[in-house]
Amino acid sequence: MAYSQKVLDHYYNPRNVGALDKGSPDVGTGMVGAPECGDVMKLQVQVNRETGVIEDAKFKTFGCGSAIASSSLATEWLKGKTVDEALAIKNTDIVTELSLPPVKIHCSVLAEDAIKAAIADYKRKHEARQDAQAVEAR
Amino acid sequence: MKLPIYLDNHATTPLDPRVLEAMMPYFSERFGNAASRNHSFGWEAEEAVEKARKQVADVIGANAREIVLTSGATESDNLALKGVAQMYAEKGNHIITAATEHKAILDTCKRLEKEGCRVTYLPVQGDGLVDLDMLREAITDKTILVSIMYANNEIGILQPIAEIGKICKERGVLFHTDAVQAFGKVPINVVKDNIDLASISAHKIYGPKGVGALYVRRRNPRVQLTAQMDGGGHERGMRSGTLNVPGIVGLGAAAEICRTGMAEETARLRQMRDWLKDRLLSELDEVFINGSIEHRLPNNLNMSFAYVEGESLLMGINDVAVSSGSACTSATLEPSYVLKALGMGDDLAHSSIRFGIGRFNTMEELEYTADKLIEVVRRLRELSPLYELAKEGVDLTKVQWTAH
Repeated sequence: MAYSQKVLDHYYNPRNVGALDKGSPDVGTGMVGAPECGDVMKLQVQVNRETGVIEDAKFKTFGCGSAIASSSLATEWLKGKTVDEALAIKNTDIVTELSLPPVKIHCSVLAEDAIKAAIADYKRKHEARQDAQAVEAR
Repeated sequence: MKLPIYLDNHATTPLDPRVLEAMMPYFSERFGNAASRNHSFGWEAEEAVEKARKQVADVIGANAREIVLTSGATESDNLALKGVAQMYAEKGNHIITAATEHKAILDTCKRLEKEGCRVTYLPVQGDGLVDLDMLREAITDKTILVSIMYANNEIGILQPIAEIGKICKERGVLFHTDAVQAFGKVPINVVKDNIDLASISAHKIYGPKGVGALYVRRRNPRVQLTAQMDGGGHERGMRSGTLNVPGIVGLGAAAEICRTGMAEETARLRQMRDWLKDRLLSELDEVFINGSIEHRLPNNLNMSFAYVEGESLLMGINDVAVSSGSACTSATLEPSYVLKALGMGDDLAHSSIRFGIGRFNTMEELEYTADKLIEVVRRLRELSPLYELAKEGVDLTKVQWTAH
């Protein structure tokens, strides 16, 4: 099976590899997949708490080339989007952009799940902080 | 050095130029049908076939008349299992095989189960070897056949064939071995090892595709098979169909080269394999050899590179042809059933690479492969959340994963 040029490009030059401080209240971390399934994605977003804009995104992925490319692409797309805009990213957008064949669609689904998990983690922290501030204000 | 490098010699092997040379005349001027008994064209073809039959027989200590020529090892496996099951149906209906067999055996057994046979699939031990006590216990008075491969196609494990043959002989059960990976690579003797049936393929021994053989013992006991194709009654009635003369000549020539050069080639390939193994083990942490290193084909290496997924590894060494037990490389989305049968976790099965070193590989090619692989494993581990967690001291088996 031949890989698309875009998958090869992300595989050889992955964007935004690395880790953000998962303890930070402005960072949301999502880890999805399982080693026994052959795919684990960790995706992190750093959000500006005033504007809700994602200022930085990082990933690490254990998986095939298409899984690496899907998560690398996701980090590219996330940067500059608001949290709500990010939630609108669909796996089918990734499939189209990377020209993924049917057997690799699960890679794009995993990337969408990783985005949702990272943002859910951020929102949970954000809301907890707002609650804490509300308690302090009283 | 020419790229890409071929290191997948368990899948198939390049045709040896000497084999091609032997075959060539039989594509053109020597085109006769080996079954034509009344003219020189036929006699010439028959003579070539009989020479090849002897060349094959000589590799395994058999008689030329015990070699049934087929289209390849899948046909040989089918003929052996179905042929015995049908011929000996009155004696019993039980077959014993192992979990790590090739699909040509396992799928044939599945078919036979649907047709009323009972099949025992022996598990293997952690090193890939069949437990002989389990085999002894599995044999019943209904058992007609034991089929255990000589050498495994993924992990290169050599089964204790002589011991298995002895057990089968004592219990009066026929013994078939899929010898595809072992034939011409390690010394085989069907008499000493008490083998009754053995499957052989030409394209794994630097011969052509589409031709193989089944050794069928003629004496002590005389093994009979029910033919699976009806036709002209070729091959002692066991396998009808006009003989593929050029292919058979190629099989014979390839077998002859293997037999005469075996000692030298085995030593050379083992040395190359061990160099590759040692280099990878010394440069990378968390690398595992799958299956016994002692009871193994000299040219096989199967390793898992923890925290790195197999297909992404293959992508990184795209000018080296190897194969992976990872699900992503197969149509089934299941990691290698052979590696799983060793009791290995799916995660390590996904991280495995099979190297098959062949006659035409060079040390320069192995050096290139090792360098490239080391670089890619390191790069992908930088990308791996599992490696990161492991380095933080997290026990990956305790993590709550979201299986998908």
